[in-house]
Amino acid sequence: MPEQKNQRLLEVNDLKKYFPIKRGLLKRTVGHVKAVDGVSLYVNEGETLGLVGESGCGKTTSGRCILRAIEPTDGEILFNDPDTGWVNLRELEQEDLIRVRQHMQIIFQDPYSSLNPRMTLLQLVGEPLVINHGIRGKALEDRVAELLKSVGLRPEYLRRYPHAFSGGQRQRIGVARALALNPRFIVCDEPVSALDVSVQAQILNLLRELQENLDLTYLFVAHDLSVVRHIADRVAVMYVGKLVEMGETDEIYPGPRHPYTEALMTAVPRPDPRASKDRIVLEGEVADPANPPSGCYFHPRCRYAEPICAAEPPVLREITEGHFVSCHRAEELSLIGVA
Amino acid sequence: METTETPTSGPAKPESSILTEETGEHVYTASQWQLMWWQFRKHKAAMIAVVVLGVMYFLALMAEPFAVYGPTQRFPRLESTAPTRIRFFDETGQFRGPFIYGLERSIDPETIRVTFVEDMSKIYPIRFFAEGTPYKLLGLFPMNLRLVGTDPDGPPIFLFGSDRLGRDLYSRTLYGSRISLFIGFGGVFLTFFFGITLGGIAGYLGGTVDEVIMRIIDFMVSIPQIPLWMGLAAAVPRDWPVIRTYFAITIILSIVGWGGLARAVRGKLLSLREEDYVMAARVYGARPRRLIFKYLLPNFMSYLLVSVTISIPFMILGETALSFLGLGIQPPAVSWGTLLRDAQQLTVVAQRPWQMIPGAFVVVAVLMFNFIGDGLRDAADPYARI
Repeated sequence: MPEQKNQRLLEVNDLKKYFPIKRGLLKRTVGHVKAVDGVSLYVNEGETLGLVGESGCGKTTSGRCILRAIEPTDGEILFNDPDTGWVNLRELEQEDLIRVRQHMQIIFQDPYSSLNPRMTLLQLVGEPLVINHGIRGKALEDRVAELLKSVGLRPEYLRRYPHAFSGGQRQRIGVARALALNPRFIVCDEPVSALDVSVQAQILNLLRELQENLDLTYLFVAHDLSVVRHIADRVAVMYVGKLVEMGETDEIYPGPRHPYTEALMTAVPRPDPRASKDRIVLEGEVADPANPPSGCYFHPRCRYAEPICAAEPPVLREITEGHFVSCHRAEELSLIGVA
Repeated sequence: METTETPTSGPAKPESSILTEETGEHVYTASQWQLMWWQFRKHKAAMIAVVVLGVMYFLALMAEPFAVYGPTQRFPRLESTAPTRIRFFDETGQFRGPFIYGLERSIDPETIRVTFVEDMSKIYPIRFFAEGTPYKLLGLFPMNLRLVGTDPDGPPIFLFGSDRLGRDLYSRTLYGSRISLFIGFGGVFLTFFFGITLGGIAGYLGGTVDEVIMRIIDFMVSIPQIPLWMGLAAAVPRDWPVIRTYFAITIILSIVGWGGLARAVRGKLLSLREEDYVMAARVYGARPRRLIFKYLLPNFMSYLLVSVTISIPFMILGETALSFLGLGIQPPAVSWGTLLRDAQQLTVVAQRPWQMIPGAFVVVAVLMFNFIGDGLRDAADPYARI
């Protein structure tokens, strides 16, 4: 097989998701919450792209829009379907979408709300197979048992209901369900942030193992930068619905090029009491996505801001190969990262 | 003497101690219904209520053999008598088994009040499984066996006394429970039909449809309940047959009830729709029908069950209230409400308090339903404790 290291699997262009704000008796739309406001990114085959940002920046919404689990307002979602080649998910009809989406699955943050409490493991994990391939009976049991084994659960658990499992085990069930259809691409929506630290490591290692064995591609949504550094090949940073920086993990962590990324990096706790405490504490509040500031959304909190930042919104541009930044002063600033 | 042997074969009974259940594998493989049942079983009042209501419904279905007389059987000259005293010892203090005395009717010449005095000259033994007036069990099997009775020539037994027309109140209370206890089901069925359909549509479709349905419900629940019932019931023609009146009353009772339920269903649907497992199902290809019947409905069935149990007593009370006011079920049909109608006057309360006995049945039935509702509500969320 030829080396296809940098072949793209997914490309998102100018993705937007606006939630209307409705007021009054007639529910007139008086404005929009721009949860995702023009995000463009790509994911290469076999890699993990970490999508980070603080709460409410639109990273989860982006992940769900990419799967059309929620309907995006605008934009292009191009996916390299192994059966038919490149398709734009936004243009697909219901039945085609269901077909293409067999290759794209999702793992959720909350291991409790993500499993139907009325189904046994067999039904939970087998449901995608029943729906899409009509597998039943013994064949289904065998396949589900195999899936359970692959995520480190005992196949004897087949008849159990989810209430019999701990958070970490439930997350494994969620992973097994996502794997049922042999997907190429999985959106991991903060899969470990609801778990204990020790369990987090287990799940992360499981995800990495599965990625190697099954040749999976992840979009890994998270707010924990240490977790993302551990698992992601590349990182994309979001702020108030927009992408501010995207590049290789090894490049962004030590050398961020956007002031917001810098602030995030210095906030990563270091397990060394003698390490310098030059943490950048951002002032002010996160911008309101219903009423964002002019120009660069980050300028009111940015300590490097200049007049141009308030006047003109910066565009995401490639400053070195594979490293995208959306900042007017990206080239001139020298920012602190983490070693 | 024979001793009953305890069976030694067969697996351990599932209703062994709950402690061992919670540690075993079968807890993990227990469906939500099973968890709910285990939790419900721990609720003593609810379990007692299940038994009591079970007996009441059994008696309602099987009223004939347990009643002493037919619902409209009259005993002339024995109007408004007090409950018959059942005696075991005669005047000389000798044990004679359960028996009754005949009644002698006399009129007070000054107040023209009718009084009854026991005629102690003759003893009439109470017979069990006596032959009484013939009837058809469940409307199918002709029989004439009654649980208690007297010999054909003896005086009647009025366990709860007799009414104005000399009919046995005890028998009539049993017959009346048929309408009173079962109107709850009819009414609840309709309430649920409207509530789930409209609430489901509102919650699933959302948008303008939701808005319209919700405003209609706001309007419905803002109409004062009793005047609306009375107005509608007054519009039911008096000459309709009993069955038709019965259904009309059922519909009237459910007209008010469905609004609240529709709201609840809508709210529950809206919140369930946002659950991650529903989104996951859509992503792996579940179509709307499957989503509704395999994901949404099963998850609020337990919730609906609680609502049913809580709304049945409202129906029973509603029927009683309407019939009491003379707007519901019409005589000669018997219900607890029509029986209580006889107890409307103050003189009844003062002189013939036994005529209020059907009211006690209403209270017990409603209380029991509320206990069950209580137990179900606690049990409906088994995850709260396990």
